[in-house]
Amino acid sequence: MISKIRIAEAPNYLTEEQGIRSWLLTTDHKRICLLYIAAITFFFVLGGIAALLIRLELLTPVTDLVSPETYNKLFSEHGIIMVWLFLIPSIPATLGNFLIPEMIGAKDVAFPKLNLASWYVFMIGGLLIMYGIARGGIDTGWTFYTPFSTIYSTTEVAVTGVGIFIVGFSSIMTGVNFIVTIHRLRAPGMTWFRMPLFLWSLYSTSVVMVLATPVLAIALLMIIWERVFQVGIFSPELGGDPVLFQHLFWFYSHPAVYIMVLPSMGVVSEIVAAFSRKAVFGYVFVAFSSVAIAVLGFLVWGHHMFVAGESVYSALAFSVLSYLVAVPSAIKVFNWSATLYKGSVSLDTPMLYALGFIGLFTIGGMTGLFVAALGIDVHVTDTYFVIAHFHYIMVGGAVMGYLGGLHYWWPKISGRMYPERLAKAAALIVFLGFNLTFFPQFVLGWLGMPRRYAAYPPEWQWLHILSTAGATILAVGYLMPLLYLTWAWKRGPLAGHNPWRATGLEWQISSPPPKHNFETTPIVTHKAYDYAGMKEELGLV
Amino acid sequence: MNSLDVLPATASTYANELNSFFWVMVALCGVVAIAIAVFIVHCAVKYRRRDPDELPDQIQGSNTLEWSWTSVTAIIFLGMFGWGAKTYFDAEQPPPDTLNVWVVGKQWMWKVEHSNGIREIDTLHVPVDRSVRLTMISEDVIHDFFVPAFRVKQDVLPQRYVTLWFKATKPGKYHLLCAEYCGAKHSGMIGWVYAMESHDYQRWVQESGAEGSLASTGEKWFHQFGCANCHRFSGHGPGPDLRGLYGTSVTLDTGVTRIADEAYIRDCIVGNKGGAVFGFKGIMPNFTGQVSEEQLIALVAYIKSIGRQFGTELDSEPGTTLESQGVHSGIVTPGITSNAGSKPGVR
Repeated sequence: MISKIRIAEAPNYLTEEQGIRSWLLTTDHKRICLLYIAAITFFFVLGGIAALLIRLELLTPVTDLVSPETYNKLFSEHGIIMVWLFLIPSIPATLGNFLIPEMIGAKDVAFPKLNLASWYVFMIGGLLIMYGIARGGIDTGWTFYTPFSTIYSTTEVAVTGVGIFIVGFSSIMTGVNFIVTIHRLRAPGMTWFRMPLFLWSLYSTSVVMVLATPVLAIALLMIIWERVFQVGIFSPELGGDPVLFQHLFWFYSHPAVYIMVLPSMGVVSEIVAAFSRKAVFGYVFVAFSSVAIAVLGFLVWGHHMFVAGESVYSALAFSVLSYLVAVPSAIKVFNWSATLYKGSVSLDTPMLYALGFIGLFTIGGMTGLFVAALGIDVHVTDTYFVIAHFHYIMVGGAVMGYLGGLHYWWPKISGRMYPERLAKAAALIVFLGFNLTFFPQFVLGWLGMPRRYAAYPPEWQWLHILSTAGATILAVGYLMPLLYLTWAWKRGPLAGHNPWRATGLEWQISSPPPKHNFETTPIVTHKAYDYAGMKEELGLV
Repeated sequence: MNSLDVLPATASTYANELNSFFWVMVALCGVVAIAIAVFIVHCAVKYRRRDPDELPDQIQGSNTLEWSWTSVTAIIFLGMFGWGAKTYFDAEQPPPDTLNVWVVGKQWMWKVEHSNGIREIDTLHVPVDRSVRLTMISEDVIHDFFVPAFRVKQDVLPQRYVTLWFKATKPGKYHLLCAEYCGAKHSGMIGWVYAMESHDYQRWVQESGAEGSLASTGEKWFHQFGCANCHRFSGHGPGPDLRGLYGTSVTLDTGVTRIADEAYIRDCIVGNKGGAVFGFKGIMPNFTGQVSEEQLIALVAYIKSIGRQFGTELDSEPGTTLESQGVHSGIVTPGITSNAGSKPGVR
C-alpha cells in the first residue's frame, strides 16, 4: 500500500516543535485535535457537574438542594454546554480532525489556518457562554422558546445567545474544511467507495453542519434583536409568532441531532470492522444510509411541534418523514450486527463501547418510533420519555461512540496503550450506569412526569432515586478514562504503529504520526477493510 | 408511602385507545431489540478470536438481505405511522355537543371558567362520560395543559385560542401539569382534574353557586366597554349588528373570508390580523391592553350566545340538556340577559 516509514526516534507531531507558541499557533490538524480535546473535556466536566446537581436535586420530590430558579439554570446550562460545547464538536473536531487527512493519505486538511481559526472561534464563543454563567447564567432551557426567552426571562439570554452564535461559525468552518478536504485531498487511488465509512459519515455530518447552522444563527440573532431592540418577531405582544421560532430552532436542532450521532456511527463502523477483522457488511448500504440520514434529517423538524398548534396535515407529513429517517438507522444496526457473523471477534475496550453503542442506540432509535407516532407523542412529548429517548441517542449513542473512538485511536494519537483491564471495567461501568440512569426515565415519562420540573409528585420518587444512583455510577465510569488516558499519555506501554492490526492508512504510519503524516503520498490500491488483500502486511493467516 | 406504579391511571376514552397501541409498540420493539442483542452476544461468543493471527472468511454483504430488511423495516414503520396517525386523527375533531370550558394559563396558574360562571384556579371539575372541550389561551408565555391520566396534552399559546377535548371514563382525582417550560415556578403550575359521576357533578355545580353565567358577565362587559354603543341591535349603529354573527362566514375588507368563531371575535376586539368586516374599515378601536383575556372570554361567550338563533351550536350548560337552557326560546331581546348562559340549577 505505502512504503513503511517508521524510522526509529524520528520526531513526531508531538516532539517536532516545543513550547506553548508551537501549540497555540499550530496549523497541524493533529495538534488542533488535541486543542479541541482539551477544550471539550473541560466543557464536558462542567456540563456533567450541572447534570449531577440536577440529579441530586431530583432525589427528593421537593426543591431542597437548590432553588427552582437555580434548578432552571442548571438544566439550561447543562443542555447548552453539552450540545454546543461538547457534542457538536466532539467527534468531528477531535477524531475527525486527526483522522480525515490520515485516512485519505493527505498531509493536512485543505485549509489548515481555517482549522486553527475554528478552534479560536469556538473558544471565544465558549468563553462568552462561560461569561454568561459568571454573570448569573440563563434559564430558558437550551431550546430558547419564545416569548419566554425574548420578553419574560430576566437572565443572560443575549450574552449566551451571542456565544452560541459565535460557536456556530466554528462548526461551519470545520464542515467546510472537511468537505473540501475529502473532495480535493484524497490520495491517488482513494476513490469514494474505497474510503473508510468513518469518512462517509463525517462527510454527511459536514454537509449538515454547513447547511443547518446558519438557520440557528438567524434564529438566535432574531431572539437577540427582539430582546434588545423590541422588534416584534416572535412575541405576539409585539406582533410576532412564537411558534415561528420553534420552526427555525428545530430546522437546525433536529439535523443537529444527526451532527451529533452520525460521526459516532462512523466510529462504530471502523471499530466493528477492526475487531471482527472483516469488512463492514453491506458497505454501500452503510455509506448511503449516512447520506440518507443527512438528507431526510432536514425534513422532520416539525415532529417537535405535534402539540404546539401545528395543523393536522403537517403533523401527518412530519410523522411519516420521521419514520422514513429511521429506516437508514435500522439498516446500519442490521449491517453492524451482520459484520460480526463468522468474523474473528475480539472484545477489546473499543469493541465493548461499539457493541454498547449498538445496543443503546437501538433502544434510543426504537423509542424514537414511539415519539414519531402522533398518538403516542401527544402523551409523551415534553416528558421524561423524551429525555430518556434523546439521552439514549446522545449519550448512549454519541458519547459511547466518542469514548470508543478515543480508545481505538488513543494509541495512534499518543503512541501509547492504556491499561486494558481498567478500560474494560470503565466501559462496563459506563454501560450499566447509563442504563440505570436513563431507563427509569422512560417509565417516568410514560407515567406523565414533565421535563424541567424542579419538584414533582411524590409517587414518582423511587424512579428518580434509581436514576440518580445510576448517574453517580455513570460519573465514576466517565472519570476513569479521564484519569487512565491521561496517565497513559506519558507512561503507557508503547503501542507500535498498528496495535489492532487494522486496515486503513492511519495504521500504516508511525504512532504518534510524523508532522506531515506521510513522507511520500501513498498510492491506494485496496478498498477499505481489505483484510484478505492485506494479510501479508498484517501478518494474518 | 410511595407506590411502585409503573402504569399511569387510564381514565379517558383516548387513554384506553392509546394504551393498546403503546403496548403493541413495546412488545414489537422489545422482541426486535432482544433478537438483535441475542444475535450480537451469540456472534461475540461463537466467533470469538481464537488465534491472534486468524483471518476469517471475508463476507462482503448480500444485496438480497439488504433489500429484504430495508423493505420489511419500512413496511413495519409505515404500519406504525398509520396506527399513530389514526389515533391522532380520530381524536382531532371533538364530537358535537361538548361541554365547553375556558382555560387561561398564566405564570404560574391555571384559571378555569365554566360557561355557567363557575371559576376555578388550578382545578378542573368535569363529569365522566361527557365530552369536554377546553378552549385555552395564555396571558404570557407558552404553557401546556397536560393530564397524563387522559393522555392529552396541548400547548397553550399567547394571543391564540387552542382547543383540546377528552371524555373522562373513570371518576377520580388526576394530575393536571404544565408541560411546557414557563419559567421559575414551572413545576408549581400544577393542579388537579376531578372527574365526577354525573350526579356528584350536578351537586358540585349547585354548591359552587356562580353569580351569573359567563355570557351574562360578557354582556356586562359589552356595555361597560361601550361595545353596545356602536354594535346596536337595531342594525343602525356605526358597527354591524352582532346577533347571529357567531359561526357565520364573514368577508373582510381585505377580501379574505373567515368563519366568525371564537378566535375571529377575539381578533376583532384586540385588532389582530382579523381585519375589519367589509364596509366597516377603520372604525373599530383597538382594545389591546385594555381588556384582559378573561374579559375577552366573557365577551366572546356573550357574542356566541346571541348567535344561537341562527342555529349555531350553543355553549351547553354543564350537566344540563339543551332544552333546559331555553334553546327553543327564539330571538334574544337586546339588552336583556339571555337565557342561554344563565344557570338553570340556581334559578
